[in-house]
Amino acid sequence: MGSLSSERMSLLQEKATAIRRDIIEMLAQAKSGHTAGSLDMADVFAVMYFHVLRHDPANPLWEDRDRLILSAGHICPVRYAAMAEAGYFPRAELATLRALGSRLQGHPERKYLPALETTSGPLGGGLAQGAGMAYAAKMDAKSWRVYIVTSDGEHQAGLHWEAVLFAGKNKLDNVVCIVDRNFIQIDGSTEQVMPLEPLRDKYEAFNWNVLEIDGNDIAALCDAADRARSTAGKPTVIIARTVPGKGVSFIEGDFRWHGKPPTKEEAELALRELSTVGEAR
Amino acid sequence: MQTMRDLQQTPQMRPTRDGFGEGLVEAARRDPAVVAVCADLVESTRMQAMHDTFPERFIEIGVSEQLLVAMSAGLAMAGKIPFIASYAMFCPGRAWEQVRTNLCLNEANVKIAGAHAGVSVGPDGATHQAVEDIAIMRVIPHMTVVVPCDAVQTKKATLAVAERFGPAYVRFGREKSPVVTTEEMPFEIGKAQRLREGGDVAIVACGILLYNALRAAEELARDESIECSVINNHTIKPIDEAALVDAAQRCGAVVTVEEHQVHGGMGSAVAEVLALRHPVPMEFVGVQDRFGQSGKPEELIELYGMGVESIKESVRRVLARKR
Ligand SMILES: Cc1ncc(C[n+]2csc(CCOP(=O)(O)OP(=O)(O)O)c2C)c(N)n1
Ligand SMILES: [Mg+2]
Repeated sequence: MGSLSSERMSLLQEKATAIRRDIIEMLAQAKSGHTAGSLDMADVFAVMYFHVLRHDPANPLWEDRDRLILSAGHICPVRYAAMAEAGYFPRAELATLRALGSRLQGHPERKYLPALETTSGPLGGGLAQGAGMAYAAKMDAKSWRVYIVTSDGEHQAGLHWEAVLFAGKNKLDNVVCIVDRNFIQIDGSTEQVMPLEPLRDKYEAFNWNVLEIDGNDIAALCDAADRARSTAGKPTVIIARTVPGKGVSFIEGDFRWHGKPPTKEEAELALRELSTVGEAR
Repeated sequence: MQTMRDLQQTPQMRPTRDGFGEGLVEAARRDPAVVAVCADLVESTRMQAMHDTFPERFIEIGVSEQLLVAMSAGLAMAGKIPFIASYAMFCPGRAWEQVRTNLCLNEANVKIAGAHAGVSVGPDGATHQAVEDIAIMRVIPHMTVVVPCDAVQTKKATLAVAERFGPAYVRFGREKSPVVTTEEMPFEIGKAQRLREGGDVAIVACGILLYNALRAAEELARDESIECSVINNHTIKPIDEAALVDAAQRCGAVVTVEEHQVHGGMGSAVAEVLALRHPVPMEFVGVQDRFGQSGKPEELIELYGMGVESIKESVRRVLARKR
């Protein structure tokens, strides 16, 4: 973890806060969309776009880019915000989220924005597609890697586990599955709706390398990505334990914020809170 | 002809899914074999009241639509009458083979409630807008397919499928939509309802677009002296052949209206009947082989050619072909 310079660390922290502010603004503007998961994954997306991914916003379809798939498509506001911060498109476009004609569809669509890599929203399908990309990369001896961001709720889908088997069997060490382990889904706590624990043991039993970390800890996220890169012969899962709604006190920890946008007043409160984290831009 | 609510007044607006929620609790009251199974969408599929009223007859299974169908087939084969709910895109969408093999080949007594159907889901976008579900359900032998037009009729349809043995699919929408029918109006699976009389063109509609069809007919009569019959073809399978042939004979031209792809949906089912028994010129109002997208519900209904003006245009076109 010592490898992270303090400049890089504060850049990533600033980016995570900027992403959170963008999320609040775009959801309040759209008046629909998913708040809790988007906020809690801001640190992961800051680390991905500003530290881990080999990518070029000016050339989004660069052949040797690392691939990032957002399997849990409903939290696309966090990805859109991170992409705008990274320069994929103007930040002003964030205000068009979910509106007619926008490239920022309510769930990610590759046809509208090819840098999204694939279309998602129906849960459980991201890892399978990512495993297919990773398999092709191996066939062609390419060194690019595939990162798949999944939610914990979608670990109830059979399709996801079929892909876990496939990636384990084929030793796809160019695959990293990041799990937003926030313990919530629409109907309440994941452990009440359909328990997933012990999640680590499940992945280990399927021949995966398992890293369990605090998903809101930027240094830990960077370190986990490094450890995944140096793991040969196994795919890696990063179980990122997050606090749903992270960063906004009145949203944190409450499953009812899964699919509810903030009102104008709530957004103002949230932005005020977020401007005291680090320095407001 | 049946009498309905007066369309001149501002219609009462209610989401069709509310009717499902009420119908489900009532069906459970009437028959202790009725149980409910939900895939992490209790509130939005309106299963909350069932969950609260009969907690011991409610099963939560999480984000697992294939399990939803297959496990419920098991419940049914052991004597229960499961109502299962998700968004139409995911059930039946994701679980089609389970529906075909486990429900229909077995003739298992399971009722599928498909919520959030159509482009009128709005801002969630194409991935969540089921506009192929009628086609994939009506093609399977033994399946009953009902698309009620408003909240009042959705309640009746829910009760009706509970009493009819065998697999059934009831489709409904997310948004508030006009209430067209009355509590007193009879509802029978497989019996289409003629809601307006006219000899020029028969408009055959289902689901929430029935209201647009009625408005189009009213405006055409008022402004252009074109008289349309309007038929609420709520049951797509088993389809009311007699009512459709009768409408084709009286009017000599048919326009179908549905919030679904024009290929394979209700309109196609009507065309299959009329091609064999009484061919007449037809036009199809619906999604024209495209995917939906994010937008406001009303905006999308217009953009995809299912608004009142589009229906009127189709009536004029079919009239021109008739002459
Ligand atoms: C196949 C499928 N079934 C159902 C849904 C509806 N849905 C959207 S999000 C969600 C909750 C899943 O929990 P999680 O992804 O952990 O949500 P979060 O942590 O973001 O609240 C559900 C059931 C869906 N998108 N896809
Ligand atoms: Mg979750």
